Amino acid sequence: MKDFSREEIDHVLDTAEKLESVARGEEKSRLLDGKIVALLFFEPSTRTRLSFEAATQRLGGRILNLGSVEASSVMKGENLADTIRVISNYADLIVLRHPLDGSAQMASEFSTVPIINGGDGSVHHPTQTFLDLYTIRRESHLEGLKIAMAGDLKYGRTVHSLCHALSLYGAEMTFVSPPELRMPQEIVRDLEKKKIRVKETDSFEDIIGDVEVLYMTRVQRERFPDPEEYEKVKNRLKITGDLLKGADPSLKILHPLPRVNEIAPEVDSTPHACYFQQAFYGVPTRMALLALAMGVIE
Amino acid sequence: MKDKRDLKIQAIEEGTVIDHIKAGQALNVLRILGISSGCKGTVSFVMNAPGSGGRKDVVKIEGRELNVAELNRIALISPKATINIIRDFEVVQKNMVVLPSYVEGVVRCTNSNCISNSSEPIKSKFSVLQSEDGVVTLRCLYCEHVISENIAENLL
Ligand SMILES: [Zn+2]
Repeated sequence: MKDFSREEIDHVLDTAEKLESVARGEEKSRLLDGKIVALLFFEPSTRTRLSFEAATQRLGGRILNLGSVEASSVMKGENLADTIRVISNYADLIVLRHPLDGSAQMASEFSTVPIINGGDGSVHHPTQTFLDLYTIRRESHLEGLKIAMAGDLKYGRTVHSLCHALSLYGAEMTFVSPPELRMPQEIVRDLEKKKIRVKETDSFEDIIGDVEVLYMTRVQRERFPDPEEYEKVKNRLKITGDLLKGADPSLKILHPLPRVNEIAPEVDSTPHACYFQQAFYGVPTRMALLALAMGVIE
Repeated sequence: MKDKRDLKIQAIEEGTVIDHIKAGQALNVLRILGISSGCKGTVSFVMNAPGSGGRKDVVKIEGRELNVAELNRIALISPKATINIIRDFEVVQKNMVVLPSYVEGVVRCTNSNCISNSSEPIKSKFSVLQSEDGVVTLRCLYCEHVISENIAENLL
């Protein structure tokens, strides 16, 4: 995500907006007519994969789905570099999801067709960041946003790259997490260097009235050696109807999904809930990225 | 080489003398230059020699003039080292090492989940940065992991 300038991000988001009616099925598109997109997923991520499939098909393209890669005999014992060299003969673009950090960068060195990083290792998931930004732009605003990010801020890659991207637009950021899962201090320092106002807290009560977007993430049980401690944290960092009584009426709640119980079901029917739209916005965003990467849109 | 006492080893006829190496880093300098036991020609070094700016290491490689790109890698572990090219017992060229902006295949990424540590046919790649207080940091071009403290321990 750090490779993208604000202008480039805006261009992707503008393109996504133009394609939104196609994503909804209200308009037909043949932008990717005759094009083949290979989905090369080395770890299961059904949502991301389906979202790319929907995006490709809405644009009239075809999918080469390699299914579960471990099961595929073509790949047995073969290194990723060779797999990429082979697959780039079959498709016009490859979407890669891989457990190792930097695998998309490496793939782009061996591929003769564009690579879209569908999430590699624990650091990068740029298409998620683009769809988060698109959601914020559509449902709230990007410029000078007052945003709170909550949950697992230590390991959550989506919040790390979202912080970086939002800093390009100026923002006021509040980080809500248990002490064990605080935002890494090098990221906080980096943001402060860019004149971003940062506040850190461990509960929602005193901040909920003063934020425009609340970006919620899941806290995983595995992060806590002590199950009791996990229960405590889980209950403290929970968004409920009660909590939202103190919120600004325009507050939007985002979540990359899947959620466990950090957002109570009663929140779903409030105007604050934005996480299912967010899942939809993944489609026009990925359509834009596909179309731009393949050069069918300037 | 005006100050021969300083070097504690004899002058060489042809080759390269690397002086003002950070004390204790001589072996790492040889490693970063890819000079190993299979190497022909005389290689000698002094460790912890007293110098004007405190203790230092010195390395002499006889019969070989190393190229600038190779030598500049030394700056990763010893930014103040100097390179003296010797011909016919005379220093014909004396330079400080210059920190390269990019290194390939020299250092191992310390992120164990990095693709450059897998069996893929690639070399590690880093962009090199130096902060105002002189600290050298490497950023992996694959995983963006940053190495700043233990570069010497992670030489390939
Ligand atoms: Zn790396």
